[in-house]
Amino acid sequence: MRKAVELDYSKEFAAIARAYEQSGGDAQALRDHRFGSLVVSGNHILGLNKLPGLEIEVEELADGIKAHIEVEPGAIIAQPVHLCFGLLPKEGVQRIISHFKVGPGASVRFLAHCSFPNAVKVQHIMEAEAQIGAGAEMEYNEAHFHGPAGGAEVYPHARIAIAEGGRYRSEFKLIQGMVGRLDIDYEVHLEARATAELLAKVYGKGDDRIRIKDSLYLEGAQARGLVKSRIVLQDRAEAEFAGEAVGAAPFARGHIDCTEILRGTEAKAVAVPKLTVVDERAKLTHEAAIGSIDKKELETLMARGLSEEEAVETVVRGLLR
Amino acid sequence: MLKIEGLFLELDGRPILRGLELEVAEGEIHALLGANGTGKSTLAYTIMGLAGYRPQRGRIYFAGQEITDRSVTERARLGITLAWQQPASFEGLTIKEYLEIARQSGGTSPTIAECLELVGLPAANYLARTLNEHLSGGERKRVELAAVLAMNPRLAILDEPDSGIDVLSLADIMEVIRGMNRRGITVLLITHREEFARAAHRASHLCAGRVLKTGEPEEVVRFYKENCKRCDHVNEPELEQLEGQR
Ligand SMILES: Nc1ncnc2c1ncn2[C@@H]1O[C@H](COP(=O)(O)OP(=O)(O)OP(=O)(O)O)[C@@H](O)[C@H]1O
Ligand SMILES: [Mg+2]
Repeated sequence: MRKAVELDYSKEFAAIARAYEQSGGDAQALRDHRFGSLVVSGNHILGLNKLPGLEIEVEELADGIKAHIEVEPGAIIAQPVHLCFGLLPKEGVQRIISHFKVGPGASVRFLAHCSFPNAVKVQHIMEAEAQIGAGAEMEYNEAHFHGPAGGAEVYPHARIAIAEGGRYRSEFKLIQGMVGRLDIDYEVHLEARATAELLAKVYGKGDDRIRIKDSLYLEGAQARGLVKSRIVLQDRAEAEFAGEAVGAAPFARGHIDCTEILRGTEAKAVAVPKLTVVDERAKLTHEAAIGSIDKKELETLMARGLSEEEAVETVVRGLLR
Repeated sequence: MLKIEGLFLELDGRPILRGLELEVAEGEIHALLGANGTGKSTLAYTIMGLAGYRPQRGRIYFAGQEITDRSVTERARLGITLAWQQPASFEGLTIKEYLEIARQSGGTSPTIAECLELVGLPAANYLARTLNEHLSGGERKRVELAAVLAMNPRLAILDEPDSGIDVLSLADIMEVIRGMNRRGITVLLITHREEFARAAHRASHLCAGRVLKTGEPEEVVRFYKENCKRCDHVNEPELEQLEGQR
């Protein structure tokens, strides 16, 4: 049998695998040779599994790793590629510099899980670049697991270029534990008929400070993009959402959709949608709703016998799903 | 089972319910008729105890207890529920989860799949769908009826369950309501449809925030049609004149 993971199975691997499960990942997949995978704890590469059509080159840096992930033109990677990043100590920095290249007509889906269960003073920096070839498809799902201390600073920054007819979809989820500071900055450039969907679901607690900046540059004819964020804030958490779309080509369509729910009187939310139309045949729209939970939704659940608190939990769970 | 005495309610300083009296007997389907804007939905919200619908005067009794000051949850746990005229959308919640919530207090009610089948929605096609995506208005209304079936309350207030339902399915929906009633659920049925009112055991006519007549459905329908046609005071009927005909 082919060796599943090229690097060592250490105690650290077991620990990071546990953290991976806490964040909703399937740790079995990290040892399964049918799944492409990359496992990184701090700046240690613990696991790496390539597949036919999927090349992963990775090197350790002083404070993280640098990875080049490439999918050959036309390659269809049927199973999701698992990326497991984490930092187990209370303090430290993890920088992930990554470059994704998805060849024309190829298709790949990443499941990334980032775990910082003990963070008291941790920085997690993601600097990603992605090039998605013509007619290619890439999906990137990232789920975070944080402990109760809220001692992390998380900076997921990405620049994504999608060639003609390419498709990109990302979903960022941080709903477990307390983060500390989160600063998302995604910039997507779309050529003709390319599509992009950027989703972020975040639950801010304690003194969390959250900033989400998602920008769509619709540069090719009939490019289509959607930015959607769902943010729930409690305690003294604060969030700022800045969704931006630039329509620079005929029949480009962009939509920004933001809902921020405040629980309690101390949380604070700001939404700043920005639409710029350069080609008058482009069409950009936005909707933003900030406030408490919809009264009718709560009362409907209460009319079925739920307490107010249970009703709130139910609505929030649905929104952040 | 439900008794309402002298109910006054103002919304934004405007009187909407004005000395409303109503009794709904245990086990009956009681139709509530009335023109647009007469206060039918407002009455439904007031019975359910929604925020902003606390009456300035009057009392509401349910199953012998006064519930005028009870919370929505308490009223629901006593066995009252409401199916909204325009149901809420609920992002991310599946129909299955939504019905399970209703069924928690239902006990002996039919299974969730059965509730969906009863309202004409094949369970296999609907259970996993979320309430905010790709449901037509009529489908959403049916889900609301299924939720009532799943909850199996003592009193179901149905606010225009017939609106948004295609003509071919109207009889089926009425049959669902009858079936609900056969299972022991008392129904307060708000409707604009004569045939729905006629299928009830009794009916009341609401005008300008008051019940002007209660009786046999046929008789109330006739009263409604005769008086409302010639009434040119929208929601301001010549009460004294009508009073005589009560
Ligand atoms: N929040 C509010 N503030 C002020 N007035 C209101 C409010 N809600 C409803 N109304 C008014 O109360 C009156 C009764 O409204 P209601 O919705 O109860 O009517 P209805 O009988 O259910 O009508 P329909 O047949 O159209 O559903 C209307 O004139 C409406 O404009
Ligand atoms: Mg109404």
